[in-house]
Amino acid sequence: MANERITPDDLPEPRYEYGADDHVFVELAEAMSFTANVKAMAITQQVAEREIDGVIENCPANASYMLRIDPEVIHPDDLIAQLREIESDLDLTEYEWDTRLIDVPVLFQDPWTHETLMEFRDRHQDADATDLEYSAQINGYDSVEAFLDAFVGAPHMVTMVGFVPGLPWCFQMVPRSEQLEVPKYVEPRTDTPSRAVGFGGAFSVIYPVQGAGGYQLYGRTPIEVLDVDQILPDFRDSMVFPNPGDILNYRRIDRDTYDEIRESVEAGEYEYTYQRVSFSPDEFFESPHEYTDDLTAVIE
Amino acid sequence: MIDVHEGGISSTVQDLGRTGHYHIGMPPSGAMDEYAHTVANYLVGNDADAATIEMTYQGITATFDDDAVIAITGADMSPELNGDPIGSWETVAVEAGDELSVQFATDGARAYLAVAGGIDVPEVMGSRSTYTLVGIGGHEGRGLEAGDELSVGEPPNGSVDLVGTRLPDEYIPEYADENAVRIVVGLTSYRLTDEARATLCDAEWTVSAEADRVGYRLEGPDLEFEEREQPFGAGTDPSNVVDLGYPIGSIQVPQQPIVLMQDAVTGGGYATVGTVISADRGLLAQRQTHKTVSFESVDVEEAIDARTRRSERLKEIRSVIDG
Repeated sequence: MANERITPDDLPEPRYEYGADDHVFVELAEAMSFTANVKAMAITQQVAEREIDGVIENCPANASYMLRIDPEVIHPDDLIAQLREIESDLDLTEYEWDTRLIDVPVLFQDPWTHETLMEFRDRHQDADATDLEYSAQINGYDSVEAFLDAFVGAPHMVTMVGFVPGLPWCFQMVPRSEQLEVPKYVEPRTDTPSRAVGFGGAFSVIYPVQGAGGYQLYGRTPIEVLDVDQILPDFRDSMVFPNPGDILNYRRIDRDTYDEIRESVEAGEYEYTYQRVSFSPDEFFESPHEYTDDLTAVIE
Repeated sequence: MIDVHEGGISSTVQDLGRTGHYHIGMPPSGAMDEYAHTVANYLVGNDADAATIEMTYQGITATFDDDAVIAITGADMSPELNGDPIGSWETVAVEAGDELSVQFATDGARAYLAVAGGIDVPEVMGSRSTYTLVGIGGHEGRGLEAGDELSVGEPPNGSVDLVGTRLPDEYIPEYADENAVRIVVGLTSYRLTDEARATLCDAEWTVSAEADRVGYRLEGPDLEFEEREQPFGAGTDPSNVVDLGYPIGSIQVPQQPIVLMQDAVTGGGYATVGTVISADRGLLAQRQTHKTVSFESVDVEEAIDARTRRSERLKEIRSVIDG
């Protein structure tokens, strides 16, 4: 298994759709895969480089992308013609991008998400288990520890940012056969602690603010993904830290470490641990484990 | 300075919105009814993107520290100055010390108060619009409350000359009559059955009590999904898709439809089945809770025509006002 490569998916023809007069939505695949996500990243980066007049939002998503336009400047059909051209010229094997490998400390089975998940057992698939026990069991792991080993065993790529400002959707960088998958809550919760680390479908997320949510809850990170007052040094240029294409490396920490980091965050002093790296999808697909081991070695 | 005595139910400072940050999950915010917001600005001599106060269902009570030129447009909320009724959709002079009080909405849901010079709050990411979920923009990132003080910008030349201008009736919407909202069906509408796609446009939908700047939740018949084996990463419910970006105005169907508005969640894993056209989003924003809405399916050309006509209408209004 360790040598398994990722076979690029054969994607269908993209579906170009109108979001009324002022959006174009392009579905690259119905299923999630790195191929679909890399393609969404590549096309939206090309769109950005072309600086097309009338494009006012450029938003890559997991297996699709969306553009908002001023149709009085550019007709959606003219934009779609350009998108088709970009798509047909694309050679993903030559494609790579500069990104960041980011250390994300997490206190798993923390008291705050535990209290929340216990409060909402009636909205869950398995009222007698915690979210982690349930996730471990349906993914074929015999213990929570073994499941968490897999969860932190390889980094997760930010494949989309959204829902609310700063919330990263992350897809774990392992071959499909090793990917974890869990359902979302039967009924969404009305409450989730801020900075909760959750998992739903095949995506891990970090909730930026307290609010509703439907993902399985595993832990809590002491670090912020959103800082609206831009006090922390890493938020100088943007109130949101994660960007599409970033790579998050979740790291288990204990309560003392959590408290220590949290103190430094609250003092406005915490600085993220991250490294700029160049990401090559093709090399990653060729030997995913070796590739991500090499990547994560730079911050360990 | 404007001293707020009562904030109303939900009054926020808004302009034409914050763009360029959707990819980090930042919705545009901005006035829900762009037409009413823009006309209010034109009536006092401002540009369309000056900040106004959007008042929902119930207006504010406030006194003005200085002479000012104001206009109130949108929902009819029976505004009064020192207890005397003043007109909506017209330019009104306010003297220092005057008290403005804006009542409950009788027609429509949102009114806009423009002041010559615009509400002068700091710009956040290029906009003065309030986005309350994370608490940015507008006045301290939240709705107005008693005790708040708002600065006003430098009035443009000639704003005093506009006093007494009333927008011709032909340009004033009758919100109560506007039941039909045009949509372009699409996005991931393939998830619905043929019958459900027909039902979406045939049904009469009722605006639920959960209808705010984030989204309008509508009540009506159940919509059925095509059966399928769920693709990897989508989640187990038939309404789930692999998380995607949500256009402003898009209709998502966790079960009953939710139309996403200016403070929308920017993406997620529910199927979206169509989008309210940009020219009609303001009309939907003026539908009160418990009122009905129906969707009329149009193609993209009609959607663009409607937008162009609205822009031309606003240009006409600007020239009528400026004489």
